[in-house]
Amino acid sequence: MTMRPDPTFHASPKLAMEAPPENFAYTLLLSPDFSKPDALAVIDVNKDSASYGQIVHTITMPNKGDEFHHFGWNACSSALSPLTGHAFVERRYLVIPGLRSSRIYIVDTKPDPTKARIHKIIEPEEVFKKTGYSRPHTIHCGPEGIYVSTLGGGGKDGTDGPPGVFIMDCETFEVLGRWEIDRGPQDKHYDFWWNLPRDYMVSSEWAVPPQFENGIVPEDLLSNKYGHRLHFWDLRERRHVQTLDLGANHQMALEVRPAHDPVREYGFVGVVVDTNNLEGSIWTWWREGGQFHVEKTATIPAEPAPKEKLPPLLQGFGAVPPLVTDIDLSMDDRFLYVSCWGTGEMRQYDVSEPRKPKLAGSVHIGGIARRTPHPNGKAVAGGPQMVEISRDGKRVYWTNSLYSTWDDQFYPDGVPGVEVMAKAGANGGLELASDYFVSFPDGYRAHQIRLEGGDCSTDSFCYPSV
Amino acid sequence: MGTMAWLWLAVIASGLYHGINPGMGWPLAVSSGLMEKSPRALFGALGILAIGHLAATLLMLLPFALLVAVAEWRRPIQAAAALIVIGFGLFRVLNPRHPRALAKIPPTQLGFWSFAVAIAHGAGLMLVPIYLGLCQASDLDRSHPAASTLASANLGIALLVALVHVAAMIVAGGSLAWAVYRYLGVRFVSKSWFNLDKVWAISLVLVGGIALAFNLVDPM
Repeated sequence: MTMRPDPTFHASPKLAMEAPPENFAYTLLLSPDFSKPDALAVIDVNKDSASYGQIVHTITMPNKGDEFHHFGWNACSSALSPLTGHAFVERRYLVIPGLRSSRIYIVDTKPDPTKARIHKIIEPEEVFKKTGYSRPHTIHCGPEGIYVSTLGGGGKDGTDGPPGVFIMDCETFEVLGRWEIDRGPQDKHYDFWWNLPRDYMVSSEWAVPPQFENGIVPEDLLSNKYGHRLHFWDLRERRHVQTLDLGANHQMALEVRPAHDPVREYGFVGVVVDTNNLEGSIWTWWREGGQFHVEKTATIPAEPAPKEKLPPLLQGFGAVPPLVTDIDLSMDDRFLYVSCWGTGEMRQYDVSEPRKPKLAGSVHIGGIARRTPHPNGKAVAGGPQMVEISRDGKRVYWTNSLYSTWDDQFYPDGVPGVEVMAKAGANGGLELASDYFVSFPDGYRAHQIRLEGGDCSTDSFCYPSV
Repeated sequence: MGTMAWLWLAVIASGLYHGINPGMGWPLAVSSGLMEKSPRALFGALGILAIGHLAATLLMLLPFALLVAVAEWRRPIQAAAALIVIGFGLFRVLNPRHPRALAKIPPTQLGFWSFAVAIAHGAGLMLVPIYLGLCQASDLDRSHPAASTLASANLGIALLVALVHVAAMIVAGGSLAWAVYRYLGVRFVSKSWFNLDKVWAISLVLVGGIALAFNLVDPM
């Protein structure tokens, strides 16, 4: 407990944008063959520092096979919510779930990020026993503490009951139990986020564990058995209120990005692949008259490619699907970044008119068939994947791995972990920074990035930008 | 100044103190005003917050209003009230964490939120020793009134204490909310937010302690 609110908590998105820029980028590293323990890398991103663009600290975990994926802060700007009175917790601990092991690590980043260390380890049994869920995934800091979405239910293969969200205490990290009181028809999970003053949550669907743990199951995909729905919830009542089905051919609705400004009652979700034509799509959802609505507002076509450039999985199609695996919305809700992991493209859409996204910028790097090198000349495997935007919207960071077993199917030659950064123009436009290219130790792939002091997929706000 | 005047001053001071404490809700009024883009929403929220705080204050005062009407119970009840306030203050010192249940109240139930927060933090409780002092001071002006007369007099004082306290609270909190909404901007929300948890808990112990001291040295 501090005497003043953490200086990295901001009342509105506008204030967050005006805050000093990030000095460190925390990046999760995973060992895809589980031969080494997963790790957290701390990268110096201060342009004026002698070690700019270098890994300045690594925390290696004491276990193997965790498969790090997403992670988050114990507290963020949502702590300034006048309803919750948590203003004096610190943004200090990173909560890192092992997607494969269900183990959760708490890493203390204070007093010095370059000396960050493990603070606590929550063993899988505690998660299983207290929640009945498994495979923890997305972390958000909110009104009742830390919200953790899971991808699996109980039992060995995670199919004994639906997956859901559970709550952890944001100071003691005790697992408190399930969040849902009434889950309605929700039976799959992926991402979730909310609008705090408007009191609603939105969640999405990927798949059940047997559909992803050992790789993508082509038969299930072609028979449209992956997730394709959005769920809307009453946040404080913890009750499911509405389902919107995107249509069975829109397979895998992943990242949910609500507008940061709480007066804006809309957001976006990315769909990985349309099984009719392999295109990826962006959907805009919004609330009007107490009801939620959704509409497909942008599509990205598949790119034809010769068979010899394709992995066995795609050879029958003669094309590369864009595979929209991550999206991220800038703090001012103006630009939506869309990772096309298959075609190797990072797209920037101007979403000033949320239901009419306009392509404003694009860079190519990696890609199944294109294999575009970085401007510094180095080869890059994989494609743009987990993307994080600086609070001021000027720098866009991303890594190149999706998920261990899926990487191997789409990029059989391997996906050595890299992290790159692109500079965004004030009115659009995207350009890769030639001086920022982080390559990780051999045998490691890189996944989600969290920025020191908060970023565009962490902080949620209770006051509008005025 | 007589005892009576000091005690009324304490009622007003505690109201101002509760009003400027963000934990009692002025930032919610700012948020309402900004979310609805209307000053009316800000004042509407303040009104609802006031009703919740008033209800919580009365809930604490009214039982005591009835109990102290029985003259021979007055001293032990004053002592007990002082001890309860001290005890609650000490509990807050030792358990500074916020009850999680408060976080479950939806933003649409502002009045209930204000009520629950005031109860959970002992906002109404803080007034009890002051209120009992006022009852005693006004009794002294009379000679041996009937218990029923006393009870209705005490109820009147309770209502007045609660109204004066909440009015002071809303003037303080409302002025801050308006200043932030109209002039200072939301940056002021985090800039002005000090951790009052310890100070608040100690205030409870102090109020209870002073009341207990008066009770023990009281010659009556």
